[in-house]
Amino acid sequence: MEHGNKVRVSVRNVTKVFKDKNRERPVLDNISFDIYDNEFLVLLGPGRCGKSVLLNIISGLMPATSGSITFDGKDVEAPDPEFGMVFQRTGLLPWLTVMDNVRFGPSMRNVDKSEQYSKAQYYIDMVGLTGFEKHYPYQLSGGMKQRVGIARAYANSPKVLIMDEPFGALDAQTRYNMENEVLSFAEKEKRSILFVTNNIEEALLLGDRIILLTACPASIKAIYDIPFKKPRDTMDQDFLELRKVISENTDLAL
Amino acid sequence: MENESKIRVDHLTKKFGDLLVLDDISFEVKQGEFVCVVGPTGCGKTTFLNLLTRIYQPSSGELYIDGIPADPKKHNISFAFQEPSAMPWLTVSQNLEFGMKIKKIPPEERAKRIDRLLKLLGMEDVRDAYPRQLSVSAEQRVIIGRAFSTYPDLLLMDEPYGQMDVKMRFYLEDEVLKLWKEFNSTVIFITHNIEEAVYLAERVLVLSNKPAKIKENIKIDLPRPRDISSEQFIALRRHITDSIKWW
Repeated sequence: MEHGNKVRVSVRNVTKVFKDKNRERPVLDNISFDIYDNEFLVLLGPGRCGKSVLLNIISGLMPATSGSITFDGKDVEAPDPEFGMVFQRTGLLPWLTVMDNVRFGPSMRNVDKSEQYSKAQYYIDMVGLTGFEKHYPYQLSGGMKQRVGIARAYANSPKVLIMDEPFGALDAQTRYNMENEVLSFAEKEKRSILFVTNNIEEALLLGDRIILLTACPASIKAIYDIPFKKPRDTMDQDFLELRKVISENTDLAL
Repeated sequence: MENESKIRVDHLTKKFGDLLVLDDISFEVKQGEFVCVVGPTGCGKTTFLNLLTRIYQPSSGELYIDGIPADPKKHNISFAFQEPSAMPWLTVSQNLEFGMKIKKIPPEERAKRIDRLLKLLGMEDVRDAYPRQLSVSAEQRVIIGRAFSTYPDLLLMDEPYGQMDVKMRFYLEDEVLKLWKEFNSTVIFITHNIEEAVYLAERVLVLSNKPAKIKENIKIDLPRPRDISSEQFIALRRHITDSIKWW
């Protein structure tokens, strides 16, 4: 909303083709969009449409077949610590405590020890895990693990936070709860957020803008500006109406 | 048979050691009724289901089907899980046949029902496909069809559409309603999704937090197909949401 139209990340004409021995599989087809400063941008698309491939290209983990990504005007060609990632499968290190998982990034960058701890503690508190610092991932519920993943991403002070279907494996109520929390984190810690989901309701609850992708190979089908004030009511008539519009425009992959 | 109680749950209580999980649950379900059960996360819904399937024995209380204590050897109790559970080594039509074979339904009748189910599901073209060749949602549709195939006395569904998006969910919900009407089955459907419960059910049972009790028993008297944006629909959805809200 209040992005003031300053572009942080620019995705231009990105195409990705995977090549097997004797055939080519196009996954992304000429995708272009911008991520503005401090905006909450949602990438919405059906399952297996190439969303994660696109994220991997944006964050520099994978090269595009053609097209370019720029971040603050510079080309992204390798993994950049300015991009923080939160994954569906959390990717926590099972042999580290919550505290050590969250301060892992700063410790790798040789940040001063006391700062590592104070920063990690700040984000552990923010995600509501105060008191669980010494717990190991196996002692936590799915929702709590996701909270650790979010705290870990914030602890690296990324400029852009990329969240790849972080709540896909949670039950509906835990998910609803986490969605509201993510909104409050986003409010507290201004960042550009790129949030990927296949859930229309989630997209509408969170996004300032929604980019709707087609089925594979993914291209951009529509971009929606979401005018509703946050926090949003999933049972509001306008909300339901827009959900219907987007739903009807979505490819159904039976 | 219509309007008589098919299922009677009578003072069902379950303790694990000292932990009381289900506290004196009683309700009835009529022949051909579609009942949804909702409740807060971790309130004991799965324990509740496992008691109905006879995987667990109750600490006290009983479950009756047609007036007799439920017995998987006598009664037909069908189950559809959240996780797709088609047998990977069987084709779609063999998966549909699986339960009927165990229930010793004659081959001609099995073939007839398989054809009918494939037609209802619109899956005639993949009858010889294996589950790995299908999408997750298609596999789940096979499971749901399989659950109906034995004409169960009681069909239990544990959040079969848990992780699916609205568009897919609406499609599958309409499909399950079609199967339910066609087969006149008695269904208990557990879900986290309140919109789904109000869309599907003739009655919604709201469970309280642990130990689970029946907090409310709400009749959903809306005409079908239901309009999810109608005022009455949203009023019911809001009421149930507030009733189980814990966040």
